[in-house]
Amino acid sequence: MIIGETPPPSGAFGVDAIAMTMRFGDFLALDNVELKVRPGSFHALLGENGAGKSTLVKCIMGYYHATEGDILVGGREQAIGNPKDAHALGLGMVYQHFTLVPAMTVAENLVLARDDVPAVVNWPKEMKELEAFLARMPFKVPLGAKVSDISAGERQKCEILKQLYLKRRFLILDEPTSVLTPAEADEVLGMLRDMVVKGELTILMITHKFREVMAFADEVTILRRGKLAGHGKVAELTPDAMARTMIGAEELTVQPARTGEAGKARLELAKLRALDDAGATAVHDVSLTVRAGEIVGIAGVSGNGQRQLVEVLAGQREAESGEIRVAGDPYHASREEMRRHRMSLLPEEPLKNACVGGMSVADNIAFREFDRAPFASGGWWLNRGAFRDDARKKIAQYKIKTRTPETPISALSGGNVQRAVLARELAGDVEVLIAANPCFGLDFAAVAQIHAEIMAARNRGAAVLLVSEDLDELLELSDRLVVMFHGEFVYEARTSEADLTVVGRHMAGH
Amino acid sequence: MADGSIGLWTVPLAVLGGAIRVSTPFLFVSLGECITERSGRINLGLEGTLVMGAMSAYGISYLSGSPWLGVLAAGITGAMLGALHAGICSLPRVNDVAVGIALMLFGTGLAFYLGKPLIEPTAPRLPAIDFGWWSDIPQLRAALRVNVLFLIGVALAPILYWAFRTTRWGLLIRTAGESSDAARAMGHSVLLIRLRATMVGGFLAGIGGSFLSLFYPGSWNEGLSSGQGITAVALVIFARWDPLLCLWASLAFGGAAALGPALQSVGVTSGYHLFNAAPYILTLAIMIITCSPKRTLTGAPAELSITR
Repeated sequence: MIIGETPPPSGAFGVDAIAMTMRFGDFLALDNVELKVRPGSFHALLGENGAGKSTLVKCIMGYYHATEGDILVGGREQAIGNPKDAHALGLGMVYQHFTLVPAMTVAENLVLARDDVPAVVNWPKEMKELEAFLARMPFKVPLGAKVSDISAGERQKCEILKQLYLKRRFLILDEPTSVLTPAEADEVLGMLRDMVVKGELTILMITHKFREVMAFADEVTILRRGKLAGHGKVAELTPDAMARTMIGAEELTVQPARTGEAGKARLELAKLRALDDAGATAVHDVSLTVRAGEIVGIAGVSGNGQRQLVEVLAGQREAESGEIRVAGDPYHASREEMRRHRMSLLPEEPLKNACVGGMSVADNIAFREFDRAPFASGGWWLNRGAFRDDARKKIAQYKIKTRTPETPISALSGGNVQRAVLARELAGDVEVLIAANPCFGLDFAAVAQIHAEIMAARNRGAAVLLVSEDLDELLELSDRLVVMFHGEFVYEARTSEADLTVVGRHMAGH
Repeated sequence: MADGSIGLWTVPLAVLGGAIRVSTPFLFVSLGECITERSGRINLGLEGTLVMGAMSAYGISYLSGSPWLGVLAAGITGAMLGALHAGICSLPRVNDVAVGIALMLFGTGLAFYLGKPLIEPTAPRLPAIDFGWWSDIPQLRAALRVNVLFLIGVALAPILYWAFRTTRWGLLIRTAGESSDAARAMGHSVLLIRLRATMVGGFLAGIGGSFLSLFYPGSWNEGLSSGQGITAVALVIFARWDPLLCLWASLAFGGAAALGPALQSVGVTSGYHLFNAAPYILTLAIMIITCSPKRTLTGAPAELSITR
């Protein structure tokens, strides 16, 4: 710290953001927003994607410089020019994406984060100090393990421990539980809450999970489209009231009711084995049957082989052994087989896995059929008019927000990219639908629409395999629930009979 | 063997000698490139740096009479070329591979231009230490005449290995190479770290060049490097970005490069050019054996443009 500057007050302190306005060119990301976090409180910041939550906390942390507005730290106005200034004031942030270096050990990551890393690190001494520090902390992490080898839950604990190790006393947590099982989330938030109650820490948590707001937060601030939509004490609010404040007057697509019974087996996996990029077994001889008119949900914390499983089904990865059958025929993810069996795929990160970013929305929507009539004559002469007409129809039907059908798809927002992929994949009669985290990072309107489309496909008789890290989504949509852990299916139950605590235990591998 | 002929033993001895002598430029360039690539940037320009290093070392040694000043000059020239690479790469939307290829051509071209007057004169060369004094066999004595630069290079490999783990700079370089987001979140300037890493890499590559002109082969001409710089860059990938493996790989390459001349000296003349290609065949063979389409390279810095 610079000599002459007032040291930050000891113990927990509050942060106020007053009349914050942030402009990016013509776009108004924050419009006169106010946020008051009292010292020693657990404050939740709610809002949809794009509501301005991240922008607001990045202004507080000094990543952005607000166009207008002031930040008070511990009641004193502070000019926070960059993250280092914020750190010096005792402010720390745990990001949604991990900031640990995967190829390094936990201990290396912790020491590296300090401002005063010695020129030559005395590892025996540092390890002793780290162990002493961990002994005082509520949760444990393996110091000597490489970050790439530990689970997502342990990584999240490391991120939080790192902030405490750096003696930060105002923590901003950006969706801290998105990679944790419900039990892990409760453990981590519970321990942080204890520190808040003891007056050691103030917490500002960005989240969209009402359950966690109700259970752990004292106060809540709700943003909508860059404006302050509401704030208050959690004890005086209900999840319904908060949801209404978040969404505003927007109308959501109504999900059709679950109708019809499951039919014949459509998609069968028999002892399927696949490797990950490092050559280790990621999918471990899994077998599963999905029947027509049924949604089978695969639950699990990310990194337990779900990605590799979906990649095998999508034809992006070769299976080491085992067999996939669709309607009784062996399946190798060739284009001809996909067409014959009416396979549809909604992969995660659709812009990366299902689109060519630089090509237009119309081209991307036509990928499955582009070399067939009416899009092409004789299998090679493309009819651009047919591309455009088809795209116009689907853009209207699926409410895709794009300026023109010729706009490159990479210019669309996440929700609209997913809608475009949905329009392509769900056109016609789908017999098998494979969806992986289809709603990750999308707003309420997009989520409601995608859930409705998936349910409608099921009701029309499609066999749906839904892989998701969002347990609530699986409980809402699936008929049957399978838990994947370390590449194996460790638990299976009818969703109506599934016990959440048992599911959570299996997700954590107990 | 009273007549002093050691027959077929010439071949392994020549390979040993080659491993020591020929490997030194490989070793310096690959260790330098290892530092640069660990910071998340690939500098293909080291071929040009090597040739520029060789030229400037020869020139300064000739003008000043001190080969060690020549070595220093080569290092500084290399560091400057490294700074040029890093400087251009720090501009937005610049690809480090393309810049590297441009600097490779620039470096060799400039060295040929400035080095024209240096082809004729003879510059003082670097001394060697005679580790073979105890032996009567001239071939063995020749193989064991070791240059100090080789010893420095051999010592440098474990030092780098240690430094990547236990020094502040080692950790910072690895952070910049593995996750620039993490480095930025800690408030470090990734561009500055990479600038320094590329300059150190260039410095070492320049020294590798000085070995070529001041010890073995020990003169300045335009065919001096014959692609050793670019081979050494490939060596780093093959050594999985590990300085100790860089040492072993350099020794293996040096030995393989000496195989052709050694076989010729015992009278195996058929397929001479084929044996001269031994290092490259070795590279291909090892690459094919160790690579797999189903997995990514282990140990590769995550920020490197070729692995991302």
